[in-house]
Amino acid sequence: MTAVRVLVGTRKGAFVLTSDGKREKWDVTGPHFAGWEIYHVKGSPANPDRLYASQSTSWFGQQIQRSEDGGQTWQSAGNEFSYDGVTGTHQWYDGTPHPWEFARVWHLEPSLHDPDTVYAGVEDAALFRSTDAGQSWKELSGLRTHDTGSHWQPGAGGMCLHTILLDPVHEGRMFAAISSAGAFRSDDAGESWRPVTKGLRSEFMPDPEAEIGHCVHRIAMHPSRPDVLFMQKHWDVMRTDNAGETWHEISGDLPTDFGFPISVHANEPDTVYVVPITSDSLHFPPDGRLRVYRSRAGGNEWEPLTSGLPQQNCYVNVLRDAMDVDSLDECGIYFGTTGGQVYASADAGDTWSAVVRDLPAVLSVEVQTLS
Amino acid sequence: MIMVELPAHLRTLAGVSGEVALDLPADGPAAVTLGEALDALEARYPVLRGTMRDQGTGRRRAFVRFFACKEDLSHEPPDFPLPEPVLRGSEPLLVVGAITGG
Repeated sequence: MTAVRVLVGTRKGAFVLTSDGKREKWDVTGPHFAGWEIYHVKGSPANPDRLYASQSTSWFGQQIQRSEDGGQTWQSAGNEFSYDGVTGTHQWYDGTPHPWEFARVWHLEPSLHDPDTVYAGVEDAALFRSTDAGQSWKELSGLRTHDTGSHWQPGAGGMCLHTILLDPVHEGRMFAAISSAGAFRSDDAGESWRPVTKGLRSEFMPDPEAEIGHCVHRIAMHPSRPDVLFMQKHWDVMRTDNAGETWHEISGDLPTDFGFPISVHANEPDTVYVVPITSDSLHFPPDGRLRVYRSRAGGNEWEPLTSGLPQQNCYVNVLRDAMDVDSLDECGIYFGTTGGQVYASADAGDTWSAVVRDLPAVLSVEVQTLS
Repeated sequence: MIMVELPAHLRTLAGVSGEVALDLPADGPAAVTLGEALDALEARYPVLRGTMRDQGTGRRRAFVRFFACKEDLSHEPPDFPLPEPVLRGSEPLLVVGAITGG
C-alpha cells in the first residue's frame, strides 16, 4: 500500500498532510510547534519515519526537532550552531564588513544513507553537519572560509544557505546554494568547496558575470542524472549538464523568468517545473494568474498548467523550498503559497486541487512517498 | 526557592505549566545573581539553552526581557544580585517575550 506524506513548514507551525496513492482524500495534522516559524521539515530517505524540523522565532532563537514516527510525536534535538574558529566578516547591505552571525536554519538535508546524519544550511550562510541525529552540530567550515567569503552579501531575505543537494552517484559530491553568493560544489563530502557559476549572468552586479554574487534561488537535481542541474535564479532559469562547470539559460518562452522554486519530475529527468513570478519587485504571479510552467524538453519550451489553479485575483508567492514531487508512477507535484494554500496534482501537473487553503504562509513543502 | 515565570512559547518548549520553582539558594539566604538563576533554569530544562541568551556569548536575546519587583533587569550584568523578594519566593523572576511583530 503506497501513501504520500507532505511535510509543510509555515510561518506559524508545521502541518503533516497524508493520503493514499490515489491522492484524493487527505488527512491533515497540525499545527505542530504552533506559533513558531518552521522553515523546513524533511524526512530521512533511509528511514522515512525519522523527520527533522527547523523551528525558530526571532524571540527565542533556533530549535531543532526530531520525530521517530513520521511526525506524530517530536523531541527537541541540539540547537547549538557555533561557527568554527574565527568567524571573520562578510559584506553587509551597505558594503561594509559585517561579522558572521547565526540567525536560523533554513534547510535540513538528511543523508541519503544514514538516518543519523543530517546537514543544515543556515543564515548567516554556512553548512553544518550532525552525525548523531541532530544532537550536536559541527560546521563544515570549508565553505564559509572560502577565499571569496568576505565578499558575500545577503539578499533581501538574509544571507542564507538554502539549498543542499547530495549526489547519489559520485561519492562525496554535494552542491550548496547561497543567496546571494551563488552556487558551490564540493567533491570531498563538504570539506572544501569551489564556486560553480560559470555561465550565470546577473545584471544587478557591477560585473554581471562575476564568480560570486549571483542570487541563486533554488537548484534541483534528478537522482538518476546528477550531472544535470536546473536552477531558478533571481532572474533566469538555468541548466548545467556537467555538474555546474558551465550553465546555460533555458528560460525560453516563459512569461517571466523570475521565480523561486524549481523541481524535476520523479520519473522523467527532462521534465521540469517552475512557478513564474512577475518580478523582483512584484512577488506575485503575472496578471494575478497562478500558473505552474512545465517543460518536457529540459527547458526552453514551457507550457502553462492552470487547471484547478486560480486564474484571477491571485497575488500569492511560492517560496524557494515550497515545491516538491512524489515518486509514484504518476508523478505528483505539490506546492504551497504565501497565502496558505497547498496545491497538489496527482497527474504531473495537468490538474490541480487545494489540499488545504487557509494555513499560515507556507515556507516549505517536502514530499515523502511511503510504501 | 525562586519562582520563574516563562512566556508561553518557552513553557510549551520546556513542557511546564505555570511558574517554575528553582531550588535556589541551596544553602540559605545567600545572594543569587541573575546569571545564576538563568543557569539553574537552563540546567533543569536544557531545551531552554539558547532561547533567552546566546549560547556562545551569553548575551541576552534582543527580544527577551527579565523583570522582577517592577524593575527591568534586562540590562543588568549576569552578576547582578536578584532582589530579596525574589530570593524569598514572594515575587517571581519574569522572563518576557518583548511585544513586537504582528
